[in-house]
Amino acid sequence: MSNMLDIKKITPKNITDKELFYGHKACAGCGGSLAVRLALKVLGERTYAALPAGCMSAVGFIYPQMAFKNNAIITPFPGVASMASGIEAGAKALGIEDYKTVAFAGDGGTADIGFQALSGMIDRDDNVLYICYDNEAYMNTGIQKSGLTPFGTKTTTTPAGKNLPGSITHKKNLFEIIAAHDIKYAATASIGYPQDFINKVNKAKHIKGATFIHVYASCPTGWGTPTHTSVEIAKEAVDCGLFYLAEYENGEFKLNKNPKEFASAAEYLKKQGRFKHMTEENINEVVAQRDMKWERMRRKWL
Amino acid sequence: MNKPQKKDFIKPKHINDYPVGPQFEAGHLADINAGWRTVRPVVDHEACIFCLRCYIVCPDGTIFKDGDKIGIDYDYCKGCGVCAHECPKDAISMIKEEL
Ligand SMILES: Cc1ncc(C[n+]2csc(CCOP(=O)(O)OP(=O)(O)O)c2C)c(N)n1
Ligand code: SF4
Ligand code: SF4
Ligand code: SF4
Ligand SMILES: [Mg+2]
Repeated sequence: MSNMLDIKKITPKNITDKELFYGHKACAGCGGSLAVRLALKVLGERTYAALPAGCMSAVGFIYPQMAFKNNAIITPFPGVASMASGIEAGAKALGIEDYKTVAFAGDGGTADIGFQALSGMIDRDDNVLYICYDNEAYMNTGIQKSGLTPFGTKTTTTPAGKNLPGSITHKKNLFEIIAAHDIKYAATASIGYPQDFINKVNKAKHIKGATFIHVYASCPTGWGTPTHTSVEIAKEAVDCGLFYLAEYENGEFKLNKNPKEFASAAEYLKKQGRFKHMTEENINEVVAQRDMKWERMRRKWL
Repeated sequence: MNKPQKKDFIKPKHINDYPVGPQFEAGHLADINAGWRTVRPVVDHEACIFCLRCYIVCPDGTIFKDGDKIGIDYDYCKGCGVCAHECPKDAISMIKEEL
């Protein structure tokens, strides 16, 4: 592994002026498109990107529109990691040097349908950076629940009403599941903390082998939030402890941010159409789950 | 140029004009996005301290460095208002678009 201390920190001042994901048709204020845009600015033009079915491929490739300036391809929904592994093998066979292969997939494409391929990619330690932009539902097909949809979310497959509080399952522990493969580098990030995110991408860029970043990315259309609060709401998710910033490297977990006190989870939830129906009891359950998770993370990762 | 560009598209007339395989030229934009906008961001350059927060957080990448000033590409800005909301100096106002 390269010496991390040698990597220059990326800042708004020194980041490239080039825009590699531009003119796309994502909704105004789309958090996923910000994650893809920033990651590609860090990775550079010599990047092969693979994207499965999902919002980012739907908004990036509308023939003859091609919003990617770098080499990019749509893959079958369950196969983005296999495609990225194949691209990597092809580039190696052709003797191509000085490039990076990246996969950008949604939460559904990662934690559910694409998971088997991803697990294999990490097992083989293929030289691919896999970025999961997590908007907590299958957005491109109209807001269905995924394995990363949190408890209490109203989606079209988990309606909220007299009988159900929205989603009755909790968010999968994706980051820890990935770490359990003993991957070289994995991290969580949020578009609400863009500086942290771009430097995690930069770290992964310099590691040869499989790497993984789980980035929390708001979706005003699916979340029922105003477009101008997209970055703020993704920051608030971290500040109220419902998402967290962490890394897994050399077999060790590290919590990057350990707030002394959480901001109000209820306030974060009440701002979003998808959680508006939640009762006090539902919110108490969310808070209890959060506290249990943090107790464990603090005990084991600090 | 350092970003995808709007280019004319010549519609294939014959089967032979179609590309072999599913590839197409990178960075080809078929149209602009300006029509999506109901409000437009306008920068007060006196108030702006060039911290580049707006440039980093714009989901569309339509804010660019124009020398030591902030510029906005109104062909592709969708008027989401993230830049104005995140600006620490309130140097960006969202102004209603006139028809
Ligand atoms: C095998 C298969 N099943 C279903 C679909 C339909 N489909 C396309 S995109 C999508 C949702 C993707 O959700 P996610 O991965 O979370 O990405 P997002 O749209 O939220 O960005 C679905 C179900 C498909 N394209 N292929
Ligand atoms: S539905 Fe959500 S994720 Fe999809 S393009 Fe719109 S804002 Fe982005
Ligand atoms: S965020 Fe505001 S102060 Fe900072 S560069 Fe943009 S307009 Fe200027
Ligand atoms: S309004 Fe939205 S799209 Fe337009 S420049 Fe500001 S952040 Fe970018
Ligand atoms: Mg999704």
